[in-house]
Amino acid sequence: MKKNMGWKELMHGDAVQAGTAKEFKTGDWRSEKPVFHPEKCINCLFCWVNCPDCAVLLDENKKVVGFDYNLCKGCGICAHECPVKEPKAITMEAERR
Amino acid sequence: MPIIARTGNEAMSEAMRQINPDVVAAYPITPATEVVMLFAKFVADGLVDTEFVAVESEHSAMSACVGASAAGARVMTGTSSQGLQLMSEILPIASALRLPIVLCEVNRALSGPINIHCDHSDTMAVRDFAWIQIFSENAQEAYDNILQCMKIAEDKRVLLPAMATTDGFIISHCMEKIETLEDAEVKKYVGEYKGVNTVLDLKNPVTLGSLDLQDYYFEHKMPIVEAMRNAKSVIEEVGKEFGKLYGREYGLIEGYKLDDAEVAIVALGSTCGTTKAVVDELREKGQKVGLLKIRVFRPFPAEEIAAALANLKVAVILDRSDSYNNQGGPLFTEVRSALYDAAKKPLITNYIYGLGGREISLDDLRSIFAEQQEVAKAGKAKEVIKYFGVRE
Ligand code: SF4
Ligand code: SF4
Repeated sequence: MKKNMGWKELMHGDAVQAGTAKEFKTGDWRSEKPVFHPEKCINCLFCWVNCPDCAVLLDENKKVVGFDYNLCKGCGICAHECPVKEPKAITMEAERR
Repeated sequence: MPIIARTGNEAMSEAMRQINPDVVAAYPITPATEVVMLFAKFVADGLVDTEFVAVESEHSAMSACVGASAAGARVMTGTSSQGLQLMSEILPIASALRLPIVLCEVNRALSGPINIHCDHSDTMAVRDFAWIQIFSENAQEAYDNILQCMKIAEDKRVLLPAMATTDGFIISHCMEKIETLEDAEVKKYVGEYKGVNTVLDLKNPVTLGSLDLQDYYFEHKMPIVEAMRNAKSVIEEVGKEFGKLYGREYGLIEGYKLDDAEVAIVALGSTCGTTKAVVDELREKGQKVGLLKIRVFRPFPAEEIAAALANLKVAVILDRSDSYNNQGGPLFTEVRSALYDAAKKPLITNYIYGLGGREISLDDLRSIFAEQQEVAKAGKAKEVIKYFGVRE
């Protein structure tokens, strides 16, 4: 999206093209982050389906490979939904900056 | 064209039936209940194709209207007083998203104390929400205004929500002879509606209602300013066209025996009808009196009002609500502001009257004219803001 547009350049109403969230690093206020343990993963994709920010990354074979930390807000839904017995394939750890 | 007897509420619901909107979401409230109650019956009887959403509050009603309209539907609703207040969180969202929702509003005093009768405090309280606001003098105008509101709101140069108002009980429950259009004619008149940037348009996916902070909020308000500017000429155009098609022409304002008048009343809504009767009577006696009816309050026709009042000695602005700002009612402050730049302007007085439905009679208006003719003679107003008809 072009920056600093004048009002005459805007789309009608308060509409913006879909998908602009990709352009913003909205993950920088996380207090916890998900950590992926591939050896435990059964690749059910529950985490991928449930992540509200599309931050679970898949490879070309649709296998979970980790997270996009530019987008992940650390909500913990992926870890909560992961069906593997404790310790799960996703654990939440304190974010250190 | 069919001539039928209808109350203001029936006239509005009849217009809704003929428009046959895609979605109506509404909650009942006196004195507007019948508008949507009758409409719900049309839905039950299969006379319309509308999806009727019976919600649990007016807040939900307007929210559902916004959702439906954002999805591309033609949407209508109706309410009054507290109901309009409960909608008020959502009303400016409807205009910001540029959704041409049409609302049948029945003017009723705001609580408290609790009251169900007519004044304009409810409509005035939402006057800065970028909704078009058109006042009706009688049931005929209520019917005509709803049809025109649809056309104005959906005009590509406008695309703003619009409300047409009647005066609670005085118009809403009073039966009058009105002339309606044939169903097929209304269908042709309003045509098909196609929304711009709707959320269900998969070929052109958009996000509506996203967070908009210091960087773009201000820019997003400017198209609304522009749309309101455009609305003025669109309302005039639509009013003229309506006259050409159906014989009843409408403008932003209506002067009644104003051309050579010395003293004139400026008013909104049903009081204009009463005033016309008094003007006729006083004209018979040779008194130079007139009326300026303000039909459109938003956008405010400032230049037109200033021009219409220029040759008067005294303009008496009647407000059926107060702003509690020690500066007079909302109509008065805006008329006064409209006159600031005028080279020629009359003396002006504000009468705040009829709060909570207190009647304004022929005699009341006679006495107002008499008082103000004295002011015209003296060339100076004693008291600029008056609370008329209240006991001390
Ligand atoms: S923590 Fe929340 S945002 Fe981050 S990957 Fe998991 S579900 Fe997505
Ligand atoms: S929910 Fe757990 S097991 Fe399922 S794919 Fe995600 S990490 Fe793997």
